[in-house]
Amino acid sequence: MSTSSYLIRRVLQAVVVIVIVTIVVFGLLHALPGGPARGILGPQATAQQIASFNHEQGLDKPLPVQYFYYLNQLLHGDLGTSYTLNEPVSQLISERLAKTLVLTALSAIVGLVLAIPLGMWQAVRRNKPVDYVITTLSFIAYSTPVYFLGLILVLVFSQALPWFPSQAPQGDTLAQVFSDPLALVLPVAAGAASMIAVFSRYMRAATLENLSEDYVRTARAGGSRSRSILWRHVFRNSLTPVIAMLGYYVPVLFGGALVVEQLFNYPGMGLLFWTAAQSSDYPVLLGCVLVIAIATVVGTLLADIVQRIIDPRVKAGRA
Amino acid sequence: MSAVIQPGQAPGTATATATGTVSGSRLAVRRFLRNRLAVVGLGVVVFFFLLCFAGPLVYSTDQTHTMLQQVNLAPSGSHWLGTDAVGHDELGRLMYGGKVSLIVGLAAGILATVIGTLWGAAAGYAGGWIDAVMMRIVDAGIAIPALFILLVVSAITTPGLTGLIVILGFVSWLVPSRLIRAETLTLKNRDYVLTLRAIGGTHSRAITRHILPNSVSTIIVATTFQIADAILLVAYVSYLGLGVQPPATDWGGMLSAGLTAAYSGYWWLILPPGLAIILVVWAFNAIGDGLRDAFDVRGRG
Repeated sequence: MSTSSYLIRRVLQAVVVIVIVTIVVFGLLHALPGGPARGILGPQATAQQIASFNHEQGLDKPLPVQYFYYLNQLLHGDLGTSYTLNEPVSQLISERLAKTLVLTALSAIVGLVLAIPLGMWQAVRRNKPVDYVITTLSFIAYSTPVYFLGLILVLVFSQALPWFPSQAPQGDTLAQVFSDPLALVLPVAAGAASMIAVFSRYMRAATLENLSEDYVRTARAGGSRSRSILWRHVFRNSLTPVIAMLGYYVPVLFGGALVVEQLFNYPGMGLLFWTAAQSSDYPVLLGCVLVIAIATVVGTLLADIVQRIIDPRVKAGRA
Repeated sequence: MSAVIQPGQAPGTATATATGTVSGSRLAVRRFLRNRLAVVGLGVVVFFFLLCFAGPLVYSTDQTHTMLQQVNLAPSGSHWLGTDAVGHDELGRLMYGGKVSLIVGLAAGILATVIGTLWGAAAGYAGGWIDAVMMRIVDAGIAIPALFILLVVSAITTPGLTGLIVILGFVSWLVPSRLIRAETLTLKNRDYVLTLRAIGGTHSRAITRHILPNSVSTIIVATTFQIADAILLVAYVSYLGLGVQPPATDWGGMLSAGLTAAYSGYWWLILPPGLAIILVVWAFNAIGDGLRDAFDVRGRG
């Protein structure tokens, strides 16, 4: 398959996935007890009030008609209006999305910068004590609920040792968020931990695979020093698949942000989602789910494309 | 958390040298036992099952009545791990809550694998556009993080124990379905399946008698990882407001209840449930790792 027809097919697939997500979100909205009307009018509303509201909003029309109406709204960037904050959901999300992206990006960068050398170190020292220790620590980090880790971090590095604040930076703008870098340390650490665990494993496996390739033996036979082979060849070849994994990791990062933002009171999309869940603010909840799902689908798409373009073996394998 | 921790063998996995007389399953057992981490993991799981299910017979405590004259006591001879905010013995509670965590985790992990296996086998066997549609549904499911779905569900309802298992199973069957589909794709064109079809065998016979039995090692490995993820997910459930209702509890519930107490220095209310979760999830992951190498099953993602 040529690269361009692969691209077209892959983008079409992504569009289909997003359409399925909108059907799921639409289905959830209508599966609510009493439907959207009960959500907006509250538990005290009479049957008559609900009926007239449904008529006004077009909610008495057949479901497929309503779905296309919903889809049409989405295409115009309209995600509905929050029940409790009385603001357009799209506006609420766009105000907070940037903050969530900054936090997750910082966690991802810190996570990768630590995980990659750790994984390589493990591969080079395979089955030595270092390898065992890092493997064990990775599994422990992976097995720890993020909120428990966050709590321990706060108890140790904020209560016992007063090094960092226990709250994330507050404020509406990104400038305010960055004005207090110390306050970012604990939330970023909590978000990066499982990332380090997972990606050091990937990097270890990728490095081991490359170390056993013929080109390494050839380079060694040609007299290259181990260190230069490791950094000039193995590092670069191992990095590609690991970076591509990042695209598939997007939903996990958002899941982590949900907990970290609540725990450290960071005013991003996760916290918005959390408060919306407490007040049953369904338009906000479903709007967030949709935005995150689209971000994930795009992330996976980019990962597939990057892998396809950079690594010729992927192309050969699928053709 | 549908994160995937997997590639590569765990350290300490020596490839066993096959001798002609050893059968496949005995070889697998031997390889598994050579993986020290996996054996330790198995020991940890056995320990926690004994603690939670046999422990109360030896160390019996009252987990129903509140005893306000003995709240938040530090560990001592009469209360080995102290008492919580309503006077329940913490070690007794660890056993009592552990039962719920282990049962829900096991059941949800197995349910997720069953759903995923059926879905993946059907998709892979059918092929063509049915496969394409079924796998796009899996993609869509993976695009929505489980924690978000669970939080939406908690805004709508508070499920009972069975409801909880069903919900957890239905948010985590996606990864196993991909694995089994891949396995089915390679199996369905094997000679014995083609022969069965040629002599008039039905599709369901091909799936149940040939494809699933031949995928059994993949299914077992997937189940083990799925249980690890499910126990971790159960730990989030109370935190997200979906947990079992008091006086019942689980490790996640104890942890959430202890969150504020921890700031008052009551470390015995958070460390035991927290460490129990970490150890059990780690153990199931280590076992899964060992089984994967023993069966020589390819990756998990």
